[in-house]
Amino acid sequence: MAAAPESAGTGKGLIGWIDQRFPLTKLWKEQVSEYYAPKNFNIWYYFGVLSLVVLVNQLVTGIFLTMSYKPSAAEAFASVEYIMRDVEWGWLIRYMHSTGASAFFIVVYLHMFRALLYGSARKPRELLWIFGVLIYVLLMAEAFMGYVLPWGNMSYWGAQVIVSLFSSLPVIGATLVEWIRGDYNIADPTLNRFFALHVAALPLALIFLVVAHLMALHEVGSNNPDGIDIHKYQDAKGHPLDGVPFHPYYTVKDSVGIAAFLLIFAAVIFFAPNFFGLFLESNNFEPANPLQTPPDITPVWYFTPFYAMLRAVPSAFGTQVWGVLVMGGAIVVLFFVPWLDKSPVRSIRYKGPIYKIMLALFSVSFIILAVCGMNPPSGIYPLLARVCTAIYFAFFLLMPWYTKIDSVKPVPERVTGHA
Amino acid sequence: MLKASVLIGLALLCVGTASAAEEGEIRLMHSGADINNTESLQRGARNFMNYCSGCHSLKYLRYSRMSADLKIPDSELVKNLIFTSAKPFDEIGSAMPADSADWFGKQPPDLTLMARVRGSDYIYSYLHGFYADKTRLWGVNNLYLPGTAMPHVLYERQGLQKPVYKNEKDAHGSAKMVLAGVEPMTPGALKPEEYDQFVRDIANFMDYAAEPIKATRQSMGIYVILFLLVFFVFAYLLKKEYWKDVH
Repeated sequence: MAAAPESAGTGKGLIGWIDQRFPLTKLWKEQVSEYYAPKNFNIWYYFGVLSLVVLVNQLVTGIFLTMSYKPSAAEAFASVEYIMRDVEWGWLIRYMHSTGASAFFIVVYLHMFRALLYGSARKPRELLWIFGVLIYVLLMAEAFMGYVLPWGNMSYWGAQVIVSLFSSLPVIGATLVEWIRGDYNIADPTLNRFFALHVAALPLALIFLVVAHLMALHEVGSNNPDGIDIHKYQDAKGHPLDGVPFHPYYTVKDSVGIAAFLLIFAAVIFFAPNFFGLFLESNNFEPANPLQTPPDITPVWYFTPFYAMLRAVPSAFGTQVWGVLVMGGAIVVLFFVPWLDKSPVRSIRYKGPIYKIMLALFSVSFIILAVCGMNPPSGIYPLLARVCTAIYFAFFLLMPWYTKIDSVKPVPERVTGHA
Repeated sequence: MLKASVLIGLALLCVGTASAAEEGEIRLMHSGADINNTESLQRGARNFMNYCSGCHSLKYLRYSRMSADLKIPDSELVKNLIFTSAKPFDEIGSAMPADSADWFGKQPPDLTLMARVRGSDYIYSYLHGFYADKTRLWGVNNLYLPGTAMPHVLYERQGLQKPVYKNEKDAHGSAKMVLAGVEPMTPGALKPEEYDQFVRDIANFMDYAAEPIKATRQSMGIYVILFLLVFFVFAYLLKKEYWKDVH
């Protein structure tokens, strides 16, 4: 940020030539080698860079998959098996892509949880957080449409269920659903447009938002586990005393995190690509069949918390729109997090017991909701889902009150410890 | 954070036990299939081609891929495993005409991916599950797929089984007869252990057919993991070196 201003184009050689025409060295310094990040990042701070790793993985493997995939209802399923069997290394590319989809949600969920732990969404990082939530929303759309492309039976019925949700909207519902599907049913035109959105429109928007997310981050600077501003104490050159240049300190540190992540990622790809039916569902190895509904239609694991909320809300006044609204509300409420937290401190380290208990309850509820969403709504599940939906919303909607009355510990002037 | 993780763990445990026991379901048998056992896969291919491929296709698997992976010589493949006019590079089709649904009430499904849909344990169990039932079109029903449209193709091998019932109380406390299992009735050409192996080979072969790359994938994975472990160690040492001047 506070890089010494350097007049463009004083350098020599190729880099100098480029610098006279393009701010290469300037960008490198501002964004990487002289971007000061707090020195006390802990394990939670790996998940940002890991999201980037997974994004690149999805983009690269995705490009190769499109070379052999056929976006037509008649050929899609067979073309995926063609990739798995006849395309050189096609199986690896496909598994990297399918495992990457789940990995994306794992790292993004942990990345978002980190923000709740350390108050990373709060002023001045509100826009940074909003870009992040937008990325998450687009990611859900991207994942949903990608899931439809193999045209297995779960792809088909999953699309059927999710698209039909819009039909519960009053007045415009039926027309809207027809417009989305491009047909009176989930069919070839639906698959075609989902393909277009999955490989072109949404990735473009995602990349744009990721760039905006990083620009906002580098504008305001990274938060840290102590939730305090590192720019208060600076050395003679104006660099924060508690900061270290992103390169080389965090580039080498992140490569350790990336190596650890890749170990787990590779273990799944090579030894359990189905991941016990969670990453690739067994019903989806049956081709789409409009006449045969699978015994239990469940979305992939990363959507199940929201699916459980959808089912937890009973229909009332002759419409089921309430469940859809609750599910949508569960996402919308995320946008307001920066303004809901009224605590004088950012980090959980200095917050009182109420926030800790609420965050723990919220986390447990989210996981239980995921389990509820994977199981048929019978026995104990509907009740569990309702209780956990209530806790999910209570965590956010009551936050302005409980963070205000909660006790706080004194916040240190300088960050504690280093990575 | 520790407290939070303990809470989360406890919650998961509760949910896990709640969903563990499903009532009234007949447990699948354990197939013991092993895709690294090439001899078993070869026998499975033979069994499949002789007993299953008349009705069931493996339309995503080529004969040539199968023979290469299973180390079956080309001459052997053409002489003993291809019963149709197919060439070795063709996919494995069935001899069923399009209207075969009229014969069975259902077109015999393609089986390439059956092991990925239902698992090899299911295939092993299903082929053990036929029992005499006079009410059915082919005189047999199946323990694991009640009302199956398929005749007991391996009848001569296994012989015929009869159903075993047990008394159970339903939700209202009244007793009812429930199908609990099967037991041998008339012997077949194979001894029970031989039949187990015969069916295990088929299940194993179908597991292979569902994902031909599986064995390669697993053996390759070990090297990838080893490489990443080494990379991890060097990355960690590099990080230590760079960070030693940060206090």
